[in-house]
Amino acid sequence: MSITHAIEVEGLVKKYGSKTAVDGIDLKVETGEIFALLGPNGAGKTTTVEILEGYRKASSGQVKVLDFDPATKGSAGQRWRNRIGIVLQSTTDAADLSVIETISHYANYYENPRDVEQVIDEVGLREKINAKARELSGGQRRRLDVALGIIGSPEILFLDEPTTGFDPEARRSFWELIRTLKAEGKTILLTTHYLDEAQELADRVGVINNGKIIEIGTPQTLGGRNTAPAKVSWLENGKQQVIETKDPTTEVIRLNQRFNGQIPELEVSRPNLEEIYLKMIGELK
Amino acid sequence: MKFLGETLRIGILRSGLELKQFLRQRESVVFTLFFPVILLFIFGTVFKDTIAPGVTFSQYFVAGMIASGLVNTGFQQLAITIPMERDDGTLKRLRGTPMSVSSYFIGKALLVTFLMIIQTALLLFFGSVVFDLNLPTQASLWWNFTWLVVLGSACSTVLGIAFSVVPKSGRGASAVVSPIVIILQFFSGVFFVFTSLPNWMQQFAAIFPLKWLTQGMRSVFLPEEFATQEVAGNWELGKTALVISVWLALGLIFAIKSFKWSRE
Ligand SMILES: Nc1ncnc2c1ncn2[C@@H]1O[C@H](COP(=O)(O)OP(=O)(O)OP(=O)(O)O)[C@@H](O)[C@H]1O
Ligand SMILES: [Mg+2]
Repeated sequence: MSITHAIEVEGLVKKYGSKTAVDGIDLKVETGEIFALLGPNGAGKTTTVEILEGYRKASSGQVKVLDFDPATKGSAGQRWRNRIGIVLQSTTDAADLSVIETISHYANYYENPRDVEQVIDEVGLREKINAKARELSGGQRRRLDVALGIIGSPEILFLDEPTTGFDPEARRSFWELIRTLKAEGKTILLTTHYLDEAQELADRVGVINNGKIIEIGTPQTLGGRNTAPAKVSWLENGKQQVIETKDPTTEVIRLNQRFNGQIPELEVSRPNLEEIYLKMIGELK
Repeated sequence: MKFLGETLRIGILRSGLELKQFLRQRESVVFTLFFPVILLFIFGTVFKDTIAPGVTFSQYFVAGMIASGLVNTGFQQLAITIPMERDDGTLKRLRGTPMSVSSYFIGKALLVTFLMIIQTALLLFFGSVVFDLNLPTQASLWWNFTWLVVLGSACSTVLGIAFSVVPKSGRGASAVVSPIVIILQFFSGVFFVFTSLPNWMQQFAAIFPLKWLTQGMRSVFLPEEFATQEVAGNWELGKTALVISVWLALGLIFAIKSFKWSRE
């Protein structure tokens, strides 16, 4: 049995003049997987994703998306684009067109488009259906980008910071949409600065810094998160007490015996993904 | 065949969208569509002299303006809006879809056709109603008019697409393109009687299609006898067709080879 990879990257390098933006990335994303790329500003996320989308040319290395080299010219590329969906990091186009005009026009480009009305509901733009893009708020504009990314029923969806500007509720319904797409068997590669988003959605997370992948893992195990010391805190002598321990269970049992029952305001927590991430990036500085 | 049909279908859909976007931008409507009409009123009102028996300068000017209109709706409009679309990400987004570049070109060409028809109609209307432009009565003249418009706007369109790689940014595009058009109009005998221009200017203008297009339009709208007043003593329609066709072919090759989806 072989695992099919939707995305395969080997030794990817991208130089802008003397600046090496991507410095030897290896990456495999399985079909049906949600993969999140994390990394500080300027780490090389957009550069990597746009090479996968066929917008930029690699300086060296191998790239395959759906078994196709995105840098290929000609009509083969067009057929391939039928199978991918793209949400770019920032856009300002189509300002004079309404939401419905833009989405239904783009639906024409694809062989098997998603239902236009359904997409409008999925991204939550029903109330703004006749508004011009220039009249949308930042988060609404972003939802339009997401709509245009999924309108072609892509097999792979690339999302470069898709939820920038989303309010918490919109973010949650976006997560719902991504889960629906996953359930439909789509492969999703997203970049984000929201660690909770990566934790919620991603099957695996890759952390990239200075053009290099420093670690790939599940949100649960990244940076040794599952084995990192846990914090146990409780209220005693009118003060919040905190200790770090590798074995929180034993600690809680000990406290339970000491208090002879209820431990006041007991809390046990593992470091969240954000804390792990910041520690990883911090150590590199 | 299926592929061709699809390319055409998307191209037609794009032209509808393009027209919608065009009409929603007030500046572009005024600048591209009405500017030639405004110029017509200014020049036609100020310069009323007779330049030859039975020919006023305003008639001469209207013929030139109709030719310039093709440059406005094609070359100027495209060479300004395509860099803007490159900057605002329209082209980048399109590049990420299965839409073919031919559909994009077809959309643009059809947009230019719509605009060209509207503009030419406006100029013919005001020219004949306000400035005594004689609309030709012979079928052969209308035929000449038709091929001049078709060939001229095709040429203007491909040159506009080809030239769209020159402006560094969308915001600067108008500053690069407009002066070229205005200078070409001066040199080509739109604002002045061509034969009254210095010789070097005439020769320089003869390299470019606009001079030939204006001369061709004069052959349609001015009395036949006026031909003797032209540089060659006749209308030179064959040469006109040749020069414009060469530019059309060169422009087409260049447009296809050099078209850029993004700035990098
Ligand atoms: N077109 C370009 N020309 C020159 N340098 C570039 C270009 N695009 C990106 N860079 C540089 O490459 C590096 C990586 O940029 P990239 O946009 O990939 O980062 P990113 O991880 O997406 O950052 P962010 O989180 O801010 O979006 C940066 O140092 C950036 O300045
Ligand atoms: Mg980025």
